[in-house]
Amino acid sequence: MKKINSFEELEKLRKKLKGIKDKEKIIISVCMETGCIAAGSEEIYRELRKEIKKVKNKEIKVIKTGCHGFSEVDPAIVIYPEKIFYIRLSPNDVKEIIEKTIKKGEIVERLTYKDEKGQIIPYLDQIPFYKKQKRLVLSLNGLIDPENIEDYIYYGGYTALSKVLSGMSPEEVIEEIKKSGLRGRGGGGFPTGKKWEYCRKAEGYPKYVICNADEGDPGAFMDRSVIEGNPHSVIEGMIIGAYAIGSNEGYVYIRHEYPLALKRLKIAIEQAREYGFLGENILGSGFSFDIDIVRGGGAFVCGESTALMASIEGKVGEPRAKYIHTVEKGLYEKPTCLNNVETWANVPFIINNGWEKFAEIGTDTSKGTKIFSLVGKVKNTGLVEVPMGITLREIIFDIGGGIKENKKFKGVQTGGPSGGVIPEKYLDLPVDFDRLNEVGSMMGSGGMIVMDEDTCMVDVARYFLNFLKEESCGKCVPCREGINQMLEILNRITQGKGKKEDIEILKEISDFMQKASLCALGTTAPNPVLTTITYFYDEYINHIEQKKCSAGVCKDLIEYFVNTEKCTGCTLCAKNCPVNAIEGERKKIHKINKEKCIKCGICFTICKFNAIERK
Amino acid sequence: MRKLEVDKILEKNGWSKNKIVGILQDIQDSYSYLPEDILIYISEKLNIPLSQIYSISTFYRAFSLKPKGKYRIKVCLGTACHVRGGYMIAEFLKNKFGILPGETTEDGLFSFDTVNCLGACAIGPIVVINEKYYGQMDVRKTEKIIKGLENEKNKQF
Repeated sequence: MKKINSFEELEKLRKKLKGIKDKEKIIISVCMETGCIAAGSEEIYRELRKEIKKVKNKEIKVIKTGCHGFSEVDPAIVIYPEKIFYIRLSPNDVKEIIEKTIKKGEIVERLTYKDEKGQIIPYLDQIPFYKKQKRLVLSLNGLIDPENIEDYIYYGGYTALSKVLSGMSPEEVIEEIKKSGLRGRGGGGFPTGKKWEYCRKAEGYPKYVICNADEGDPGAFMDRSVIEGNPHSVIEGMIIGAYAIGSNEGYVYIRHEYPLALKRLKIAIEQAREYGFLGENILGSGFSFDIDIVRGGGAFVCGESTALMASIEGKVGEPRAKYIHTVEKGLYEKPTCLNNVETWANVPFIINNGWEKFAEIGTDTSKGTKIFSLVGKVKNTGLVEVPMGITLREIIFDIGGGIKENKKFKGVQTGGPSGGVIPEKYLDLPVDFDRLNEVGSMMGSGGMIVMDEDTCMVDVARYFLNFLKEESCGKCVPCREGINQMLEILNRITQGKGKKEDIEILKEISDFMQKASLCALGTTAPNPVLTTITYFYDEYINHIEQKKCSAGVCKDLIEYFVNTEKCTGCTLCAKNCPVNAIEGERKKIHKINKEKCIKCGICFTICKFNAIERK
Repeated sequence: MRKLEVDKILEKNGWSKNKIVGILQDIQDSYSYLPEDILIYISEKLNIPLSQIYSISTFYRAFSLKPKGKYRIKVCLGTACHVRGGYMIAEFLKNKFGILPGETTEDGLFSFDTVNCLGACAIGPIVVINEKYYGQMDVRKTEKIIKGLENEKNKQF
């Protein structure tokens, strides 16, 4: 491909692509992101390609795309233009799809989504999971091949860049972003336009632009999905941002655990360079900018801006005190503008459609949409993009379909290790930055982990503290020692050795950590503990006084045994015990060897006669 | 020593001190761990104190100072996997192999690590064996896969 040297040449290319792509009447899109591939979508894709070749019709195309979001039903395909949605496929289903749907236009009912009443819903847009969503950032996920820049260009990609470079001053761009009300999607929620303005006004050169793709919150995968599904939207946002603040050098700091996102980002950056969107004299405008990729080393704290910058400089990723902001002195002590993946990906939409279109979505203080990864004990797990201001209930029950196996909802965890667990009484809370803070949690980057009656809240608090103990960099005392002390207490409580004064001590340490820690990892670390104490106080008391874990999670407080009246001696449990802790012959009552038992609970879930009981 | 290969990696990273994290990542990718002799060599070539390289290699989770096994098993302990019982799989492997996360079995066949979230939460609990992702895992399925891998080894001998 020859480099695009002007705005006119870009439009010419788009016209040419239109001529080619408009001939493609049927597009079969196969989701190929990390989760779908694990579910087996690669085999489906291969089989489809093989079978479509036999049809010999150039109007039908099979493409691999990013995630359509509804991970629960993977591997799935979408057939455009009608958006027929086939789910939970196996390679054997492919022939039938080609024969019936592609050749004759019939729906294969057994492969469609069915609602709770068994009603067949063959089209993607009519499925409850999608109905309440508003997909701006994810609008092209599932429609374009992320490894082909021409797909992005065909659907209007790099129009925003062209608009900015051909007729907007940097100040006008910043004004547009400021008016839109876009706030940082990485968790903090700082107004993006303001950050750009500070950085533009800061003295010093060179200036740097960084994309934070070190998505470390456990239970969050929005940024991975955006990069795997539509990497150019992030790149385009970064170029526009660089132009606005006056930077010629950018970095994407991407998480080590995301090999596929890394691969697609590399391809996208190379293609953007080849087509002339990155490099010298972009689209003949005189503006130059390029992006380098830096791989993270698997340290959670590097999601913190100053630690991330230290890591890019080749140092140990420790944060520093931010009395001088990174917009003034960041990477290599130069003015640096760091934004999260989703924030960058919002920029092209705002420029293309104007700030008003963006600002009309959302609440007073939080505009636009937010992507969440809806996971845990919810029926429809997956990636959802919703307008700000939607309630938690709508997300969990309308989009998510409620709790798995119709169990009872207990809480929802947002904001990762910096957030908290929100209880049932706040289910009607509108989701925006400030309202989530008010109840002790936070927006965070967008992980939303649903918990049911089988989740122990003391264990959840212990889990996050254990996570943070390993991830605290150890530089400041309040965080390093505070986490350790709190974890020790929580370990004791979950082992049945808790004391009543423990709760007060936990609160005291929390207070100290919030006031004295160096970075946000430490100041927010107590949130999971404090919210669970506030909203699930009884559970703590249950563990401390009655030495009971009602959810049946804390191993030291539970025991499995065989109900001798119910046991039929079918040997199923013994066969499935991974440590051979169940003894007994066929048709004779079985017994669990307490010394060998690792309390994994397999026998409990597998017994057909409910003969294994938990105490 | 494997000077030539290491030189290639240093060349690729522009012999730059700032790129040390990336350089170590490339070394880790090639050898599955950071061999001591190579670290000493890099320290001399790039004029970085060995103590600094050591502190970087122990700070970031991605690095290992010990060789990994033929089958590298990673168990995800992200929140979504945790509430669905991922920790049981880690517990089971600890018992099964008699090793702690980060260690390798004596025969060099298996190494076992826990990770803090692989970002494929929707299909958790997740186990990754040599880059292949297994979703919706439990102790029983993990045991089956491991048995399969052990049998494969026996067949080879």
